[in-house]
Amino acid sequence: MPKWFVPLAAATALMFAASPFLIANAPYEATMGLVQKIFYYHLPSAWVFLLSAIVCGIASARFLFGGSPRQDRLAYAAAELTVLFGAIVLVTGPLWARKAWGVWWQWDVRLTSSLMGWMVAWAYLLVRKYGGPGSDKLAAGLALFGMANVPFVYISVNYWRTIHPATSVVPTLPVDMGVALWFAVACFLLLFVLLLRLRVYLEEQRARLDALYLSLDE
Amino acid sequence: MRVLVLLVLLVSSPAIAQQPAPDQSQQPKQTDEFVPISQLPAQDQLPAAPLLVTAYAFVWVVLFAYVVSVGRRLTKVQHEVERLESDIAKRT
Repeated sequence: MPKWFVPLAAATALMFAASPFLIANAPYEATMGLVQKIFYYHLPSAWVFLLSAIVCGIASARFLFGGSPRQDRLAYAAAELTVLFGAIVLVTGPLWARKAWGVWWQWDVRLTSSLMGWMVAWAYLLVRKYGGPGSDKLAAGLALFGMANVPFVYISVNYWRTIHPATSVVPTLPVDMGVALWFAVACFLLLFVLLLRLRVYLEEQRARLDALYLSLDE
Repeated sequence: MRVLVLLVLLVSSPAIAQQPAPDQSQQPKQTDEFVPISQLPAQDQLPAAPLLVTAYAFVWVVLFAYVVSVGRRLTKVQHEVERLESDIAKRT
């Protein structure tokens, strides 16, 4: 593992421990009140969810057209993180919606496209696990669809009539709310970098293990 | 037997009739109309705190479980790598 990993992990853990204090001190939203504070973890995890789908897609494209196993390992790691952060988004969102909208789920374009992106990432992992020989390339094709879904998820709230808050909410946040949000965004981005590096390292070790088994057979 | 039951009922009916009527003020008033209001009373509103706590707890638990899961997988693979490397070293 690289030298920066442990200090960065410690810094991220401290930042995560501090984030609830900033969130608690942020002002209440006028119409939603206390439950709106879910936003401070919901939005950063949604951004990381979309970012990891993009990383998975780019690495898969490079693997498909360049054949680099390193890119394949990166794509596999990013797909798992897409599922992880997607699960956070799809659980915290309905908890917020239950209070704010009165329903757990609404089949509107933002929620449905997010669910689709999450299911594509699951499909990637399932194909890799159970697809047999050649599944790496098949899964890479799936990752391209997952990446193509990302801009659709992002702009959906601005183009279609939806109950979900628009993207214009973030630039218009007051300072107190903005500080808590951007601190949480930094936490989630650092965590993403760390988890991606850790997960890629696991794939590197698995590749090393495969190579050792091959050398033992010869 | 039926005659006996009938007799008991006939004899006891004046006593039952003399029981005091239940206090009307303690019973809830009968609803004779629905009155709309613009906002729910505070005690009837869905509390936000359990939803908020559940959301944050879920995030922390899931992230912690994932880190533990990757750590365990990594330890398992590394042990296997070490075992194989020692096997190969013994052969050579």
